[in-house]
Amino acid sequence: MDEKLVRQLEIAATKVRIGIIEGVHSAKAGHPGGSLSSADLLTYLYMHRLNVDPSDPKMESRDRMVLSKGHSAPALYAALALRGFFPMEEMKTLRKIDSRMQGHPDSLKVPGVDASTGSLGQGISVACGMALSGKISCESYKVYAILGDGELDEGMVWEAAMFASHYKLDNLVAVVDNNDMQIDGRIGDVMSPYPITDKFEAFGWHVITINGHDFSEMEKAFDEAERTVLKPTVIIMRTTKGKGVSYMENVLDWHGKAPNDEEYEIAMNDLNKRLAELGA
Amino acid sequence: MANRATREGYGEGLCALAEVRPDLIVLDADLSAATKTSIFKKSFPDMHYNCGIAEQNMMGVAAGIASTGKLVFASSFAMFAAGRAFEIIRNSIAYPNLNVKIGATHAGISVGEDGATHQCNEDIALMRALPNMTIINPADYTEAKAAVLAMAKYEGPTYLRFGRLAVPIFNDEATYKFEVGKGITVKDGKDITIIATGLMVAEAMEAGKALAEQGIDARIINMHTIKPIDEDIIVKAAKETGKIVTVEEHSVIGGLGSAVCDVVLENFPVPVIKIGIGDAFSHSGAAKELLKEYGLTADNIVKTVKGVLGK
Repeated sequence: MDEKLVRQLEIAATKVRIGIIEGVHSAKAGHPGGSLSSADLLTYLYMHRLNVDPSDPKMESRDRMVLSKGHSAPALYAALALRGFFPMEEMKTLRKIDSRMQGHPDSLKVPGVDASTGSLGQGISVACGMALSGKISCESYKVYAILGDGELDEGMVWEAAMFASHYKLDNLVAVVDNNDMQIDGRIGDVMSPYPITDKFEAFGWHVITINGHDFSEMEKAFDEAERTVLKPTVIIMRTTKGKGVSYMENVLDWHGKAPNDEEYEIAMNDLNKRLAELGA
Repeated sequence: MANRATREGYGEGLCALAEVRPDLIVLDADLSAATKTSIFKKSFPDMHYNCGIAEQNMMGVAAGIASTGKLVFASSFAMFAAGRAFEIIRNSIAYPNLNVKIGATHAGISVGEDGATHQCNEDIALMRALPNMTIINPADYTEAKAAVLAMAKYEGPTYLRFGRLAVPIFNDEATYKFEVGKGITVKDGKDITIIATGLMVAEAMEAGKALAEQGIDARIINMHTIKPIDEDIIVKAAKETGKIVTVEEHSVIGGLGSAVCDVVLENFPVPVIKIGIGDAFSHSGAAKELLKEYGLTADNIVKTVKGVLGK
């Protein structure tokens, strides 16, 4: 990936992060930590990888993207907004009474949202269904699903993992946002899903591990996934929870808490400074 | 009258459907011989996908398939479909209003010998509470088969409830027409109304004959659609017959009886007596013996009706 494209994506990701902070601050609730850790991935997918059309959100040939870790909805909404599905301004209505921007993604309300998620473990199964359907009728679309690392505690994820390899769903790519934290603590302390790599390999998946804040590594990983046949691919993405906002990084408390006005200003300063550094 | 299980109507209905719907996909969770999707698999192996013993994933997969526009039926026992996978049905199927058809067999206590772990008497209550969900509980083989074909044309999440036990086929396949949401008056009457669903319709019909011989003119309604329930036919029965007895192979909490009570109370209050499974778990036994123990027989319907009428 050339440097210019990397910089463009970094600028876009910073704008997505600004959207996340605008949303959760306005809502006075939400999940900034996991939204920020998956912001780079969602930016990469919607601004570079996915075959989607904001003017035709239900386009039959579109790639499908299921945010199985539905609590990172602010990141998904901000990425969709930046891609042009709706105005970024709408982020400020997040979680409000008359808003389309539900606390967790609602496929009936928000253009570009392919599956309603929020109850952990279910999105990956829905993605398996989309992928199987695509295989059955020889569609060219790809299906992507983003899982949290804490979400791997859900037994249903492993039912889906078994299913995807049994039916050789090589049109499915799952990404684990491995920020190492869940609500109650470090995932290794609460209920360790480690070794994640070995588990997916044992379930018959092609496994790739990358730095989830490096667009070049993302590009290589998704290209490799596309070349992988007869098995699904999982990309274990090492990330920093709260990435991009100084005081939120790796701080558990920011899993599901909104910044107050003062904290909001600091976050916006961090992100605007980053934009300036990138020459935006 | 020939006897066949409604689950066989499910399997045969799917076969008939495959002829007209090339986009049909049937899922099962390692129970295809029992749910009778094996009949379908034999003729249409490329349209049948086994999900293994993983009902939660199967419901999620069904949601994903439905979101791509194909017609999908997800099959298992009522216990594992409505019970085990309840929350996936709620959040991934009903909430996004996806066109998933759930084929739930082995409902109620007529599962018999397998015992309480497999006797699902709560599924109607669970499914009734879900917005967007339609619930169909066919009474005989013919109705079951017709319901599969009819519901394929109906957009939206649907729970189809089938039984294990072979029961009398009283509908004529040549003339029977399934209309979703419309109860069927199988016998008119003026003294009392018996509203039955599923396998209890045949018992109610038999009870109706016995009552007639004793000078009691009972109206019998086959309520094959539990949700949306046919309010008109219930209110009319309340007004014209003044008393209602409901019969279902399901808990008296939250099932057909509760649905009828809701309609009656809000529109035209009359006494409603519910025959069903009480607030207890059942146990192993032959289906017929269990049905007798729980009063799900023509004899007990007759006795109950006479009690209500003070005769």
